[in-house]
Amino acid sequence: MVIVFQTKPSILANGAVAGPLEKKSVFYSYFDSIVEDERWNQKTNEQGHSKMILEACEIVMKKADIKNTDVDYFLSGDLVNQMTPTNFAARDLAIPFIGLFSACATSISSIIVASLLTELGASQLSVAGASSQHNAIERQFRYPNYYGGQKPATAQWTVTAAGYALVGKHNPEYPSVVAATIGKVVDYGDTNPFHMGGAMAPAAFETITTHLKQRNQKFHDYDLIMTGDLGKIGLQILKTMFVQSGIKQDELQLLRDAGAEFYGEDQAFLAGASGAGCSAAVYYSYIIQQLKTGRFKRVLLCATGSLLSPLSFQQGESIPCTAHAIELTME
Amino acid sequence: MEQEQYKTLEQQVTPPTPYLKNAIKAFIVGGIICTIGHAITYFYIIFFDFTEKTVGNPTVSTMIFLSMLLTGFGLYKKLGQFAGAGSAVPVTGFGNAVISAAIEHRTEGVVLGIGGNIFKLAGSVILFGVASAFFVALIKLILVSIGVAQW
Amino acid sequence: MIFMDFLIAFVVGGIICLIGQLIMDFGKLTPGHTLSILVVSGSILSGLGLYQPLIDLAGAGATIPITSFGHSLTQGAFAEAEKHGWVGVLTGMFEVTSSGISAAIVFGFIAAFIFKPKGKVN
Repeated sequence: MVIVFQTKPSILANGAVAGPLEKKSVFYSYFDSIVEDERWNQKTNEQGHSKMILEACEIVMKKADIKNTDVDYFLSGDLVNQMTPTNFAARDLAIPFIGLFSACATSISSIIVASLLTELGASQLSVAGASSQHNAIERQFRYPNYYGGQKPATAQWTVTAAGYALVGKHNPEYPSVVAATIGKVVDYGDTNPFHMGGAMAPAAFETITTHLKQRNQKFHDYDLIMTGDLGKIGLQILKTMFVQSGIKQDELQLLRDAGAEFYGEDQAFLAGASGAGCSAAVYYSYIIQQLKTGRFKRVLLCATGSLLSPLSFQQGESIPCTAHAIELTME
Repeated sequence: MEQEQYKTLEQQVTPPTPYLKNAIKAFIVGGIICTIGHAITYFYIIFFDFTEKTVGNPTVSTMIFLSMLLTGFGLYKKLGQFAGAGSAVPVTGFGNAVISAAIEHRTEGVVLGIGGNIFKLAGSVILFGVASAFFVALIKLILVSIGVAQW
Repeated sequence: MIFMDFLIAFVVGGIICLIGQLIMDFGKLTPGHTLSILVVSGSILSGLGLYQPLIDLAGAGATIPITSFGHSLTQGAFAEAEKHGWVGVLTGMFEVTSSGISAAIVFGFIAAFIFKPKGKVN
């Protein structure tokens, strides 16, 4: 279902923070801060994860010259069980908080909720976004960090990064949210957790197609359609799906993926980056900057998420996925 | 799009598993690790008074000590990505599974963290090894009892 | 002849690992499943009297792979079952010290206090 925002809430500030490995990212220069210790000098990975979220939100508020007491709502989530790091960061931020779990699509679902609250008039300023920390997620979903397992070429690397945005009333000098699509859960029976791109591509296809159809738009109405973390192979699968549905090559050039580009051509990262922080960090740094400078006028950001758990995998279930999208314009 | 159609599309675009390359890497690395173990048995037989029958224990312990160092410095992980079964099948792989779990779960404390999780990955090997030995011995015992086999 | 000795260890060890890799790749099984299959195989081969000859031939090429765990445990059970019958089947397995398991536990415990996990990329 597509939501059209009559009041067009704007993104008044944005911040992205990343860990030491992310210095290898092609988007490195757009991030606000890179930290040397992936644990943020805390005792555990989860505490470091929490500190990272805090730091990213503080950067956002500082840029807008506001304090946490000026913010009405904090909407966010992460991939750790019960979203513990976000919960603890929310405690320290002391802003009314609702946690959201859309896996790696939380970067967009949180903005959608924030925009709805703004459109409703219930919120003047909200902070929304998502994050991920590599070690915490690796040990929860896959193996202990020092385990010598062999990952296939379709596997992706979970980034250590956080991306947040300040959503407020419409301001023509800033990028604005004009429409959004909340995705359905799509499951094509994929069971391989080392091939998330393949599991998530159909969800991205469905959400993008729905958005374009209901908005009466074509690919060429946009300067860019960027998915969250399909990775190099997932992106290829998505492009093939679009080709089979009649999209031309010149239109396909507009389709990019944050995860596929994140680490550039470095083979060590296999099929690319993933994690809630991947799309969040790229969207709320690089994309916003390109919109502000006028290089992009209209973009469709479609983050994808795999809704599996370590338990569902062990129980032999397939991987249901979803994708949420927002349409941003710059006047 | 139908599920079947999608599966075909996915298979066409996804790069295939490099079966041959993986098998060769596993063979070479597994062979090297066993050769190192073999050298260690010679070391123990020559410089200490172990015999061919008793040298197994110190050899395996030494190999696992080496795997502790490689695991702790993050090197076993790189080896594992390259070699797959070549590093997982030798006892050093068993050591890596136990030791990496112990290191990882230190944050949850010594009792619940380390104690509760140390066999997360390696537990199945111990379980199946013991259970299998039990049933094999039981079957042998039955066969011996009815006179079909001998110890 | 020592070179031959090492070569056989290399080849036999390599083959057992190669079999493991094929199980993982073709069977699409996790390392845990694969190692469980191998340890059970070692136990069965041991029961059939085929594993000891392999050790005599290849030395470390047969004692280092995880299959040898199955062999040690089974031989331990056999030794006790021979002496004490039915009860021996249960008590025998841990008679043969599984130095591998003990070493892994001890070094794992020590390592947990020395090392802290980092997210290293390959």
